[in-house]
Amino acid sequence: MGLEIGLGHYLTVAAILFTLGVFGIFINRKNIIVILMSVELILLAVNLNLVAFSAHLADLQGQVFALMILTVAAAEAAIGLAILVIFYRNRGSIAVEDVNMMKG
Amino acid sequence: MNSDVTDFASLAPAYPEILMALGVLVLLLLGVVLNKERSLLITWLSVGLLVATGLIVLLQPADGVIFNGLFIADSFGRFMKVLVLGGAGLALILSISNAEENGLHKFEYSILALLATLGMMVMVSANDLMSLYVGLELQSLSLYVMAAIKRDDGRASEAGLKYFVLGALSSGLLLYGASLIYGFTGHTNLGEIVVAIANEGRSIGLIFGVVFLLAGVAFKISAVPFHMWTPDVYEGAPTPVTAFFAMAPKVAAMTLMIRLVMDTFAPITSDWQQIVIFLSIASMVLAAFAAIGQQSLKRLIAYSSIGHVGFALVGLSSGTQVGVEGVAIYMAIYVAMTVGLFACLLSFRTETGYVETIDELAGAAQSRPFVAAVMAILMFSLIGLPPLAGFFAKWHVFLAAIEANLYVLSVIGVLASAVSAFYYLRVVKVMFFDAPVKQFAAVPGELNIIMAASGFLVVTYYFTVGNPLAQWAHIAAGSLF
Repeated sequence: MGLEIGLGHYLTVAAILFTLGVFGIFINRKNIIVILMSVELILLAVNLNLVAFSAHLADLQGQVFALMILTVAAAEAAIGLAILVIFYRNRGSIAVEDVNMMKG
Repeated sequence: MNSDVTDFASLAPAYPEILMALGVLVLLLLGVVLNKERSLLITWLSVGLLVATGLIVLLQPADGVIFNGLFIADSFGRFMKVLVLGGAGLALILSISNAEENGLHKFEYSILALLATLGMMVMVSANDLMSLYVGLELQSLSLYVMAAIKRDDGRASEAGLKYFVLGALSSGLLLYGASLIYGFTGHTNLGEIVVAIANEGRSIGLIFGVVFLLAGVAFKISAVPFHMWTPDVYEGAPTPVTAFFAMAPKVAAMTLMIRLVMDTFAPITSDWQQIVIFLSIASMVLAAFAAIGQQSLKRLIAYSSIGHVGFALVGLSSGTQVGVEGVAIYMAIYVAMTVGLFACLLSFRTETGYVETIDELAGAAQSRPFVAAVMAILMFSLIGLPPLAGFFAKWHVFLAAIEANLYVLSVIGVLASAVSAFYYLRVVKVMFFDAPVKQFAAVPGELNIIMAASGFLVVTYYFTVGNPLAQWAHIAAGSLF
């Protein structure tokens, strides 16, 4: 008897990806690039959610939403990397522990 | 609902946004073609575009839902759009006198500010989770770049980086919430979601979605516990950029919050009320205590703005029309006070640069009595002393909370307000009673005008703008009920 892959499975995978992404941002102590990757992970989890719901509800809106998120995520990554380049030029490092000029 | 896109007249509710979008493109082209030294011209043209858009918003009251339900124009949105446009325009004017030293003398700065404003207008008018998201991202992506626009400055680029990471995280939370709401109601249109919630009742998935969505918006209004980016970004970004951040985006995100909870989540009021009350109490209390130890003026203002978001949320917690009116009035007064405050901050300039810490203001009242007086008035108003405008802002929101029997919330709010008086008064004390240490440079003309206007409105609020503003807010809030 084969295992039926239903909505719940997709949602679980998406929830796990989302949690990994959030923890990747907060627990990560090494590299800012890893934070950018975590952000992408969160957005992909959302897309998975939307597409799964869209298939489940037999409604196209979720897929349209997912396409928009993909587009915006690309712009977001471009801007994030640009800011990272500026930061590297000023500080000569992209380690998370070096993002510490302002505290309080 | 269905509109024929080829018919331009049917797009009337979106005329302000269309003008804005076209205007930005024209100005962008102009900026590229013109000489590099003409960025000042672009700034003034941008202010002109904001004013023109504001006039269309005011004079062209074509309400309605267009773009297949993606976009809504109503009197509430009109009120908030005027605030957003005003805040953005004033922040641009604040940047003129000091563009060179803050790295803002590139025409791209005005263009980014306009694009962010366009995003905010879409947020204010969003009637669908998709248009909400696109508006929010247009705003956020522009703001990230604005924070880091002083490219050779380590602190500004760090501010941009922090803003980007936490902003992207908040967009992720918001989207995850949006996807759950879509999944459990089957709609992305806010109007259809409210019907679905009313018919099917609440489910655990929907509540999760609401929590995530509100957490994402709470990031954007910098309510505690989602405030950690605010002090760093406010401190690191150039002061005129901070002024921009403190006004327009807060108003837009607050509008989004109000529209979501009062309209879309109206059938589950008791659920979102707990979240908003928690955000409100946490913001007021944390801001009051965290600001006490601050030395940096901009960090102080950051905590102050967190506290004011908390006070505004007191009004929203009530979930009534009076409460929404209160929040609308609060945001209007907040913008008027904030612009004056930043004009004062930019007026205190020494040979070595702008004043950064509170101690550097010592004796400022002797060399710059007018600026110090306006700043003192604004500080008293921020505390909420009568008869200044800040008092009436708090009066409206607390009145709404008490009418809704939220006594504990109101008492905590008043106590937090009393604690916050300490750090506001410390600034006044340093300016008026400490021995002078620095000589300040002459104040540019437009800053004087902004300070005078802000000070005048704050002092004479009750006799001049108070009544018309309250009436307008009443009409605006009425369109949500």
